[in-house]
Amino acid sequence: MTSFWSFWVSFISLGSIFGCLWLIYVTRKSQTSDVETENTTGHNFDGIEEYDNPMPKWWLYMFIITCFFGFAYYIIYPGLGNFKGVADWTSTGQWEAEVAQAEEKYGHIFTEFAATPLIELSQDKNAMKVGQRLFANNCASCHGSAGRGSIGFPNLTDNDWLYGGDPETIRTTLINGRQGAMPVKGLNPSMSNGDVDDLAHYLLSFSGRSDDDTAAARGATMYQTACAACHGTDAKGMQAIGAPNLTDNVWLYGGTKKRITHTLLYGRAGVMPSQTGKLSEEKIHLLTAYVMSLSK
Amino acid sequence: MNHEMIEKNLGLMIPLIILAISFGFLVEVVPLFFHKDMKTPIEGLTPHTALQLEGRDIYIREGCNTCHTQMIRPFRAETERYGHYTVAGEHVYEHPFLWGSKRTGPDLARVGGRYSDDWHRAHMYNPRNVVPESKMPSYPWLFTAKVNHKITPKKMEALRTVGVPYTDEDIAGASAAVKGKTEIEAVVAYLQQLGTVLSNK
Repeated sequence: MTSFWSFWVSFISLGSIFGCLWLIYVTRKSQTSDVETENTTGHNFDGIEEYDNPMPKWWLYMFIITCFFGFAYYIIYPGLGNFKGVADWTSTGQWEAEVAQAEEKYGHIFTEFAATPLIELSQDKNAMKVGQRLFANNCASCHGSAGRGSIGFPNLTDNDWLYGGDPETIRTTLINGRQGAMPVKGLNPSMSNGDVDDLAHYLLSFSGRSDDDTAAARGATMYQTACAACHGTDAKGMQAIGAPNLTDNVWLYGGTKKRITHTLLYGRAGVMPSQTGKLSEEKIHLLTAYVMSLSK
Repeated sequence: MNHEMIEKNLGLMIPLIILAISFGFLVEVVPLFFHKDMKTPIEGLTPHTALQLEGRDIYIREGCNTCHTQMIRPFRAETERYGHYTVAGEHVYEHPFLWGSKRTGPDLARVGGRYSDDWHRAHMYNPRNVVPESKMPSYPWLFTAKVNHKITPKKMEALRTVGVPYTDEDIAGASAAVKGKTEIEAVVAYLQQLGTVLSNK
């Protein structure tokens, strides 16, 4: 703050306290006693009159004390322009102290968790209680409070993994996030609507839900051209690129014919946001263990 | 002193009341108009793109700021949940700012990048689809309504007059940038950049 504004702030702040003191002084009336009299202010409206008694003394003193409280405040805390106050208080300083205090209190808990191997940690009941809170705060909006996901957001409890379910892969998913990329009509954009329908029949046939074997057979041929590069020739998926297994009847975007057709026609691009910068490494470690514990 | 003189003379009473209640404003607000921290954008801050700007206006139109603040206070409980506390330099280009004062929903100051675009769309279409206990209203009309691209350049010009550094190219390309976009695309574009300039921790 420039010295002009510093002076401006200080002058008005102190001036208004002095102004209040002056106002109390000039309007104090004859504050010699608390005795009430019959004197009135002289106002008379429809016969209603107003007593003109002095303010009770304790009340008057409260006003004066308030003014001196104000002066004390200005000495201790920053309020008068550039003067920082003798207590050297700042809002960010208070925040830093809070954080340091919490770090001292809880920091060692997370350090211990971070030093525990993931598999062991995922069997530690207390750690998992903490993990559950972290999950509820940071993951549940998409994956649900029980980790069961919803359409477009993977179920974490079914032991079916898009990118792999080993501890380090889960950790990588948390740290870097994931970007799914199912292209429109797979790798064969010239696919006709009839081809899409055939493909849907082929995909449904893995779970015995296709009612048209000929269409499914045509779809199988189309599958090898358009889908096999990512989902594999056996349609079992490819975890390295997050291509789902299409044979296990687990459907991220819904497994009805209508939804499968929609996925084929318009593609999908699911995103798992990176948690780096949002959560510390120790907390990511704990969450990894928690996610592991969800699908025993 | 005779207070009757003031009480029975409105011409005197009104200026005195204005004077009496203006001290707080003069001390707490007026100096900030000229304060360096309030006028200097933080490093890397850019004005909203045309699409983000339209998203922001829809955010205001739908009253999102009534239930969602955009102001993380420097308390540990808040920084743990939302990320780094808000600083003045992040909001230099905001006219008006949308700090808000009531949190029925969570603070959104750093919601950018926290969820996927798909999540935002699912959530805006019907919040219960992804957060069963949510009481946020649904906004299904955002998915069909198109952004009014004709007035986008005017909005940007208006913002430029109050100090947002839009270039002539920004304004010239604004209509084309938002033409044909649905309102949900604009809102998601706006939400996904919120608070991303200042890194979280």
